[in-house]
Amino acid sequence: MELLDFLTPSDEISANGGPEDHVVLSSRVRLARNISGVPFPGRAKKSSREESCEAIRPSVSGASAMRGGFSSGMGDLKALDKQLLVERHLISREHAAKAGGSALVLNKDETLSVMVNEEDHLRMQALLPGMQIKQVWQKIDRFDTSLEKKLQYAYDASYGYLTACPTNLGTGIRVSAMLHLPGLVLTDQVNQIVQAVTKLGHAVRGLYGEGTEALGHIFQVSNQMTLGESEADIIERIHKVVLQIIEHETNARATLQQGKPKELFNHIGRAYGVLANAHIVSSKESMNQLSLIRLGVKLGMFDELKTSVVDELFLITQPAHLQQLVGEKLSGEQRDVHRADLLRSRLSGVKGPQVSE
Amino acid sequence: MKCCQPDCDNEATVHLTEIVNGQMKKVDLCEECAKDKGVTDPQGFALADLLLGLGASSEMESVSAELECPTCGFTQADFKKTGRLGCSTCYTVFAEPLEGMLKQMHKGTQHVGKVPKALRAKLDITKQRDSLAEQLQKAIETENYEEAARLRDQLKELESVGSVEEGS
Repeated sequence: MELLDFLTPSDEISANGGPEDHVVLSSRVRLARNISGVPFPGRAKKSSREESCEAIRPSVSGASAMRGGFSSGMGDLKALDKQLLVERHLISREHAAKAGGSALVLNKDETLSVMVNEEDHLRMQALLPGMQIKQVWQKIDRFDTSLEKKLQYAYDASYGYLTACPTNLGTGIRVSAMLHLPGLVLTDQVNQIVQAVTKLGHAVRGLYGEGTEALGHIFQVSNQMTLGESEADIIERIHKVVLQIIEHETNARATLQQGKPKELFNHIGRAYGVLANAHIVSSKESMNQLSLIRLGVKLGMFDELKTSVVDELFLITQPAHLQQLVGEKLSGEQRDVHRADLLRSRLSGVKGPQVSE
Repeated sequence: MKCCQPDCDNEATVHLTEIVNGQMKKVDLCEECAKDKGVTDPQGFALADLLLGLGASSEMESVSAELECPTCGFTQADFKKTGRLGCSTCYTVFAEPLEGMLKQMHKGTQHVGKVPKALRAKLDITKQRDSLAEQLQKAIETENYEEAARLRDQLKELESVGSVEEGS
């Protein structure tokens, strides 16, 4: 099956909201696993990578959780396919660069994804919309347990699961939440929050850029340490931190609405003005303006606009999704024009932001 | 400004700042190295990996003999270059130089999380055996022979279970 025939349409995949999705865009847990007695992919020769990939892939694609799913060697995917997968956060950029000897397995609704022979033999992730950190952990934990019956993992009694990079050693777990924090950025509090969270031993980074420069005001919080602490404890700590950030973001939005309503409405009104009327829009501009429109929707300023529509626009204005939609390969300049056309047409029926004075 | 990667002389065009554990860390890379390190992908990249990889290599140099993994042929120089290990055996070979680095990087150096089911039973038996042996020793020391006899029987029973499982 072709990847394009398999992938859930962008509007459907964006329609799945989740708890606390005014702030939490998605929750994800990734586990790194390796097969006992086989050199890590980075060290293995191509022939040995191909061999291990052949040995591992059927166990993954044959798992009951993968029924109705998609499986492909990375060499069999087109460049655009790979980029679509990156934009959907289903594979890493490193994996997109792989060809023979690496593979990808997805489940039917794209909530489980397994990269075979990325940096480790197995990189498996569960991804759900909104604040569902505990649910994604349960999902990936169950899947991992089902695989351990068929694959013999490299495991050491004192070091736990052995990984190519020592930073993943032990649990091999990376728990992360993608957060939309326009309130904290507009009130200049985001750096403070970033510092506080990093002091707790977590990493915070802009999804597309750093600090206040983070595109689309989107940040990712994740654990740094993987050894010496159980999965349950790691999950619990990230869960607590994210709940606190949600509270700060919610407060920041209320502060803006009450203290500086004109400034806030100005930002959102201008964002709407640009996207509804511009003819050339870079992906950077579209992300920043869509972020403000999303904020406006969540504050009840757009009656006719649903969050899911804004989230879909976030996705389909990305380079690969845009090219897939238009149906041809586009240069950067052409993309900016098509992106603007798309945004104008989607926003044409939407009344500007309503402000209750 | 030059790229901060060893063996690279290109002009740095990618400048990254990340705050890890309250400390600001900066890296300057040329376009090629940035791509190579996956810096352009915020998902897959942690500055920590890069920095710890570099920092670790200097630490590993303090171990005098050049270690080499007998299974995959990986050397300390390889680790210095990639920040990654070659295979499971590397963790045994490089255990000593890795120890300090792991301490810095993680909360502890003893795994306390998930254990694959197949190993769990085995590990449990080992743990029980150690605990019983310790109690037995104590009982003998305190001349509590009745208790010692009971513990010795328990230990025997456990060992027979363990060997049956291993043989199966």
